[in-house]
Amino acid sequence: MNKMTKVALLIAALGVSACTNGDRFGTNGSATGIDNSAGAFGNGANTGITDPALNPTSPQYFSQTVGDRVLFEVDQSTLTAAGQTTLDGQAQWLLTNSDYLAVIEGHADEQGTREYNIALGSRRANSVREYLVSKGVPSSRIRVVSFGKERPAEICSQESCYAKNRRAVTVISIGTLS
Amino acid sequence: MMKALSIFIAAFWAVVALTTTAVAQNGPLRIEITDGVIEPLPFAVPNFQPENAAAAELSQNIANVVAADLVGTGLFRQIGSDAFISQVSNFSAPIQYADWKAINAQALITGAVNVSGDGRMTVKFRVYDVFSNAELGDGLQFAGTTNGWRRMAHKVADAVYSRITGEGPYFDSRVVFVSETGPKNDRKKRLAIMDYDGQNTQFLTDSSAIVLAPRFSPTGDRVIYTSYASGFPRINVLDVASVGIRQLDMPGEMTFAPRFSQDGQSVVFSLSNGGNTDLYRMSFNGAAPTRLTSAPSIETAPSFSPDGQRIVFESDRSGSPQLYIMSANGGEAQRISFGEGRYGTPVWSPRGDLIAFTKQNKGRFHIGVMRTDGSEERLLTASFLDEGPSWSPNGRVIMFTRETQGANGAPALYSVDISGRNLKQVRTPNAASDPSWGPLQR
Repeated sequence: MNKMTKVALLIAALGVSACTNGDRFGTNGSATGIDNSAGAFGNGANTGITDPALNPTSPQYFSQTVGDRVLFEVDQSTLTAAGQTTLDGQAQWLLTNSDYLAVIEGHADEQGTREYNIALGSRRANSVREYLVSKGVPSSRIRVVSFGKERPAEICSQESCYAKNRRAVTVISIGTLS
Repeated sequence: MMKALSIFIAAFWAVVALTTTAVAQNGPLRIEITDGVIEPLPFAVPNFQPENAAAAELSQNIANVVAADLVGTGLFRQIGSDAFISQVSNFSAPIQYADWKAINAQALITGAVNVSGDGRMTVKFRVYDVFSNAELGDGLQFAGTTNGWRRMAHKVADAVYSRITGEGPYFDSRVVFVSETGPKNDRKKRLAIMDYDGQNTQFLTDSSAIVLAPRFSPTGDRVIYTSYASGFPRINVLDVASVGIRQLDMPGEMTFAPRFSQDGQSVVFSLSNGGNTDLYRMSFNGAAPTRLTSAPSIETAPSFSPDGQRIVFESDRSGSPQLYIMSANGGEAQRISFGEGRYGTPVWSPRGDLIAFTKQNKGRFHIGVMRTDGSEERLLTASFLDEGPSWSPNGRVIMFTRETQGANGAPALYSVDISGRNLKQVRTPNAASDPSWGPLQR
């Protein structure tokens, strides 16, 4: 996981390069990516595009614009209409950016026992996987994991936080699924 | 440290000491802890007699731990030494019963400690039923090493507790748990082990990966738990003496909620595949796992009956989490929980008579117990978040996790009698969760 995250961050830093040279996959390998990066940043500044989140192929764009997470009702793993809309965007993005792999992290709020919540997070992550696969994303590019209630996004003990913690987050990276 | 401890255990022995008044009897000095005991039994523990200069400090420490063990049950009340009329200056001298009756000490515990130059020690003790003018059971002597003095104190207290209550001992036992530090959204978790009273904490893992819900093996030699070291929940086994860890080779996308079978030869656990979680059983001899449940619902949190024949577990096959019992080989399951709310984390009592559980109802969490057929449900606690009960070796006390609410909320370990009395926090160096109370040490 840590390795994947690092790879994702590295790619994120190089996103400007991908944007300006028009070659989406020019920097997809981490080794070549490092070699290209210095020049790429210069080009990016010249075109005035400096925010990697504006690059539709960047992980930032995925997490901020497409939306990296869907939320669930209490005890539920059924996708909401809003969740399906988000996942339509995720599927489209993953189909376009076919070098990326996805790990879907299922989570639960703290209102449940530890082990049951791991199983509940597993259900939620799998709902997302099944939806993405139904939209054409190869299942070989997706893995699921559940963190139960171990990694809340919000830490208050109110429904306003719980609603954001009952989630499945799609974490993308370039690399191989171990 | 671990090695020294195992030597200590191997060298541990007990003898019946000589006595002139050895009238073993079960007279009036008796607490029936299933009764509604309201008034704790008053007792006196004069400092144990140091038989040589090297034993001076330990004599006092041991008497203090014996007293703390007994008082900690909520069943006993210590009479302070400032009330004593008689002093006990010689372990062999006759007891002045009238002096102890006068201060209403119903039980009197005397002892003596001898420390030899090679770091070894002996502890002798006697228990007296003051109002019967008689010794309660025979005096005993324990031998061991000085760094194991706390264990010897627990052994003395266990003997006193058992003689007076008729219950099995439990003070000389350890607890494995998860020690927690850091903010709520990035908690660092480490496996740790401690004495039952929160003393002698030692860490078993570092904080590099999330670890959850450890369980002791029936003999206490191993701990099985869930680790995210691979990035995914997987089951690890840790050897307590060597602190060696190995990940079990199991199929499935995620495996968690492992528990040892009663013979320690196999593990029952949850395996999650395609979003569905079922129970499996796998022998440590390398054979492929056997699937015990096949339902689209969640099946988790298994616990063996003490005879190893049945498994109680949690399932939401009815639409909400409830408790079920099935054969240890799988097959049809009987639902046993029918009250209001959601039930989870069932744990079979070592006595076989009760099942402890977590109950969630109307926004509150409870630790409760019920008979194995689901009858006589009793809730023992209530709070924002109580979960994960674990039984004392004698089946009379339950330790569990209590977590406080809010952004600064944190878990701590608590214990409570099966009667619901004597709720108290077990002090740990850091926040703590998921206790697993191990067997009585040998």
